[in-house]
Amino acid sequence: MVKTTPFHPRLTELNTTQLWAHWAGHLSAAQYDIAGKHEYFGVRNAVGFFDASPLYKFEIIGRDAEAFLAGVLARDIRTCRPGHAQYTIWCDDAGYVLEDGVVFRHSANEFLLTAAEPNLSFLQNQIGSMQVSIDDVSAQYAMLAVQGPRSRAVIADLAPEVNELGYFGHAQTKIAGSEVTVSRTGFTGDLGFELRIPADNALPVLDAVMEAGEPHRMRPFGDQALNLLRIEAGLPLIGVEFTSSRYSYNEHERFTPDELGLGWMLKGIDDDTRPFIGRRAIINERATGSSRWTTVGLAVDGNAFESLFYDAGLIPPKDEPPASWETMLYDDQGERAGYATSYAYSPMMQTQIGIARVRPELTAIGTTIHVEQTVNHVYTTVPAAVTRMPFFNPERKTSMT
Amino acid sequence: MTDTHRYDAIIVGGGHNGLVNGAYLAKAGMKTLILEQRHLVGGAAITEELYPGFSFTTFSYALGLIRPEVVRELELVKHGFNPIYMPTSFAPMENGDYLMLGPDRDENIREIMRHSPRDADAMDRYEHDVGRILQLMYPLSDRIPPDIFGKTAEDAADVAWLLGHLGSAEKKVIHDAVRLITGSISDFLDDYFESEILKGYLAASSTTGTKVGPMSAGSGLVSLMMMLGEHDGHLGSWSFHKGGNGGLTQVMARAAEAFGAEIRLDSHVDHVITKDGQASGVALQDGTEFHADVVVSALDPRQTFTKLVNPRELPGDLVESIDRYQFNGTSAKVNFALDGVPRYPTLGDRTDQYRGFVSIAPSIEYLERAYDASKYGWYSERPYLDNCFQSFLDPDMAPPGKHVMSCFVSYAPYHLKGSDWDTERNNLGDTVQATIESFFPGFGDLVLHREVVTPLDIERVVGLSEGNIYAGDYLLPQMYFFRPAPGWSQYRTPIDGYYQCGSGTHPGGCVTGAPGRLASQQILKDRLNKS
Repeated sequence: MVKTTPFHPRLTELNTTQLWAHWAGHLSAAQYDIAGKHEYFGVRNAVGFFDASPLYKFEIIGRDAEAFLAGVLARDIRTCRPGHAQYTIWCDDAGYVLEDGVVFRHSANEFLLTAAEPNLSFLQNQIGSMQVSIDDVSAQYAMLAVQGPRSRAVIADLAPEVNELGYFGHAQTKIAGSEVTVSRTGFTGDLGFELRIPADNALPVLDAVMEAGEPHRMRPFGDQALNLLRIEAGLPLIGVEFTSSRYSYNEHERFTPDELGLGWMLKGIDDDTRPFIGRRAIINERATGSSRWTTVGLAVDGNAFESLFYDAGLIPPKDEPPASWETMLYDDQGERAGYATSYAYSPMMQTQIGIARVRPELTAIGTTIHVEQTVNHVYTTVPAAVTRMPFFNPERKTSMT
Repeated sequence: MTDTHRYDAIIVGGGHNGLVNGAYLAKAGMKTLILEQRHLVGGAAITEELYPGFSFTTFSYALGLIRPEVVRELELVKHGFNPIYMPTSFAPMENGDYLMLGPDRDENIREIMRHSPRDADAMDRYEHDVGRILQLMYPLSDRIPPDIFGKTAEDAADVAWLLGHLGSAEKKVIHDAVRLITGSISDFLDDYFESEILKGYLAASSTTGTKVGPMSAGSGLVSLMMMLGEHDGHLGSWSFHKGGNGGLTQVMARAAEAFGAEIRLDSHVDHVITKDGQASGVALQDGTEFHADVVVSALDPRQTFTKLVNPRELPGDLVESIDRYQFNGTSAKVNFALDGVPRYPTLGDRTDQYRGFVSIAPSIEYLERAYDASKYGWYSERPYLDNCFQSFLDPDMAPPGKHVMSCFVSYAPYHLKGSDWDTERNNLGDTVQATIESFFPGFGDLVLHREVVTPLDIERVVGLSEGNIYAGDYLLPQMYFFRPAPGWSQYRTPIDGYYQCGSGTHPGGCVTGAPGRLASQQILKDRLNKS
């Protein structure tokens, strides 16, 4: 029987379409409104809220908790002070990415790690003789993401301390009488916050947030809007951009941090005092230049795209949901350049954008890549340029005002 | 004269087409100056805080027709281009019922079936047929019109292209296009629909900005012009720009400046300096002169040919054409600051109907009766109103919990018989408010502030002759290779170096950027040929 989240009684009232997806064994709204795309516009121009409760949450506590995470996570947890959080990954011993998640540091010895997939036995298997306890506390908390330019005004109405919260900072506060952990995090690439709420208090907190959001035109948003938002933010999604190395059938399905464009997390990899899982393999990858791919952003040449269709007597199809399959890419010689894992029309960028893996020599900004495109049932290509990610990266995402 | 007053190109008028034209010229490397008479750029596409905390789109209020290539070529995204699509269109009825359409085809079919089961599949046919017409028209609106009176090989090639393009279309598409362009929107819709509310809703745009009624021949053309837009592959769809249309022109100004154009505000151009049939610069009203070999007027044809230059320097047939070019402004605006959300009784506390246009056009007969008054020199007793609440999608437009409402009014003819607009301004406001009140009881109690904009105000503030929002009526003899005058549709003028780029040129008005873009192509081509 599929589960519902602690917010569900309210969300089912709000979900006028009654379209639900399944996420981590829970019902998760696909779209609340028949005008699903307008949930996306709501987030980019006002504020929206998203039920992120199905995320797995692991509490990691103990004298050795920092040392434990320093050895498991690829990003150096020692640089994360209490009251801060990190987007992070963990790898296998061959240097391939297992999963990604966000780790919150509450004190010297208390952490909470969120992840899209179950990880308890994996994490516990790494403990060895360390003084650390790891619990799956997923069901104990509801998570509410409040995202968009007005999100600060909404949350500040309930918890003024968020005005002081920097990017990836978090704090304890009280909303509707409930303890709430509020963090300046999210999956939309915009100004945004996430609230972690004891499950029993989920509804009163949601009601308070909805009331505070009303004058700011806040609306709920579902999976479909989130997918477009996270593509514009250039954020990888497990199952789309990569498969956990643990569940890969062959080497084509597994990727290193550098290949996924996450090499920036590996600052300090040369520091011998932190031998995390996969470190030696990654150092070797870098020394030998054995990376097979580089992750880049692609932006399609809109004039060329439109001409392709108008010249064929068709209206250019732009407003499609993100392609749920890989899109093939070619270089100027018609040789395989790589593939886009996510590919969608971006209203903010006004063209098709893609998160793509290309051969390492094709990564210079502005390099032309030819994207597979079917027109009148025939394969052709449309030119795109290698571009920086995030595609959409507003100043408000990280600024203090 | 100092070097700082010397430019490659000077654009007179910082409306959206002036900005677009200036941006393209600057992008091509020309030292470009854009002169705007007011304290802000945008012309009729501006956003102003006319009441504390409330941002009014005083004149132009929505975005639907901007050409995607302008957005891309001028890199507007980099400078903050941010359309917000409208999820709904709402048309209240006099009996309390309504028509509400949205982005979901199947939902729309069910909604139309409430009014007429026959019209459900008729809507699909109508949209497909109109889509085919638009497909035929886009290439015409995205190219400099052919000069059918020209004698050069290039002119012949342009005409051959046009004939080839039309000749390649299916005969039904050509026939539909001719029926729509030359006929009335009422007849065109009758071929598909029976529902009064659906026909009223679809015919409403034909009443916009031109002095024709929906039953007049030529109203189909106005409708077509209002459909020639596209958002993300959705033909004829509309949006608001973040911060209103003034937000858009600020983006365009930033783009122009990023390409190197200079924008000078509070610079009212008195005349274009000409000598021996050659433009050499402009003189401001304060006597300041700026010099350039290329001068571009972004103003309307009357200003371009009879105010900025001396008509005695122009060919007589052109002067006559401009003299009889129809302006006939028939549009007004009433902008409201509201304390809350109006209530539509049938929908109770629902407010989702305010996320797009709220069109007071319950039937074609309602629209035609609204038109009747204008024939006799008066404004409609029950006008067509196109309302929108930008603050529903963009909360920055009003304080939290409050709303701005932009209300476009048709018909309000520039020439009143027996009165004048300074006398009638407030009466028009009352007429409009009473009409809204009749559909949304209690509306008046929400009004915190009301700003009435008459055709005379449009002329006085923006400079559009007779308050015509398109810089000239959409009438067949004023379109395409006749816009603004036979032989002068290619953005040039009889004065060497003097060009036109405003909405009085092809393809016409609304916030498209197309005249500014096409004019820049002509200017750059001529410049290349000269060098």
